[in-house]
Amino acid sequence: MSYDTDTVGIAGLRFFGKMSASISHEIKNVLAIINENAGLLKDYTLMAEKGLDLNPHQVCAKAEKIMAQVARADEIMKKMNVLAHSIDEDRQQTNLDVIIKLMIALSDRTAAMKTIKLELSATSESVSIITAPFFLENLISLCLDFILNMADEGSVLQLGCEKTKKGALIRFTQPGKLPDEQSAGFSDDTVTAMMAALQAELFMDPALGEIIITLPKEI
Amino acid sequence: MNERVLIVDDEKEFLEVMEERIAARGMRVATSMSAKEALTRIEKESFDAIIMDFQMPGMDGIEALKAIKEKKPELQIILLTGHASVKRGVEAIKEGALDFMEKPADLDELTEKIKEAQVNKMIVVDKQNKKVVDEVLMRFGF
Repeated sequence: MSYDTDTVGIAGLRFFGKMSASISHEIKNVLAIINENAGLLKDYTLMAEKGLDLNPHQVCAKAEKIMAQVARADEIMKKMNVLAHSIDEDRQQTNLDVIIKLMIALSDRTAAMKTIKLELSATSESVSIITAPFFLENLISLCLDFILNMADEGSVLQLGCEKTKKGALIRFTQPGKLPDEQSAGFSDDTVTAMMAALQAELFMDPALGEIIITLPKEI
Repeated sequence: MNERVLIVDDEKEFLEVMEERIAARGMRVATSMSAKEALTRIEKESFDAIIMDFQMPGMDGIEALKAIKEKKPELQIILLTGHASVKRGVEAIKEGALDFMEKPADLDELTEKIKEAQVNKMIVVDKQNKKVVDEVLMRFGF
């Protein structure tokens, strides 16, 4: 199946830029916490120099906080690395549940800004197909952006994947309806080009608040 | 005079460590984990400065800044952000922020800004008081 490479390419760059910005923002928050804890350790040292007792437990607690933030940053960077490597090959054997978990993790802060929680649905299963992971991540991100703009504050948005006869499907479910008018406008040129690249089909059930993407076993 | 500071950020760890460091510099510190919580808090308590994260769940920094300024125009707000851009900085200052600083912020610089905030607030409050006095005097023909 042919697809508009320009549209997919521009959308891909936008998606990668958006994810990089979000990740770097989160890393800056981690650095701010590390910076202040290191500053606090320096404060303790200056106080000790002035004759105040240095409490080893207090110092240890701050060091542990720094280590916890380093571990947090490491997790963030691992996800960034997985995202960056997903464009290494045009198509590859891909675990959809792994991709969904990655996208939940990468989009978690954006959702949290709208006070919406993202979670893996309880019925999600392990499904492996041959697809273009970077395009799929991009399409999932477009679907998430769309639903996040519609979902009510405080709601929980579930994502999951299932095996089908022809391959697999990814289901986005949010409590409540999706407005008909906006739902009709979702499949713009970018979404259409991305679906063509993935040989995917998109179904929307506004009444159930669901978006379903079907994917073939192999592209 | 001890400066009274409210720190608003959705990162609990950041709030805790900032509270300890700023309090160690002789200031009185309160914390809120959301802009909504901060808006309730400023109704009941008096602060010289609010240090607020630009990106928070529910209400972003500019929205929060406008809401705070509407309720308490005298309050001095310092916005902190992961990524300071000129556009955002200009927007924040236009809406009445005292300053716009990038995380990780220099605590000495932030401390200076808090002291500046206290002075600014006193000037604004003095002006507000003078206006009230002038209005009373006018009403009674003095």
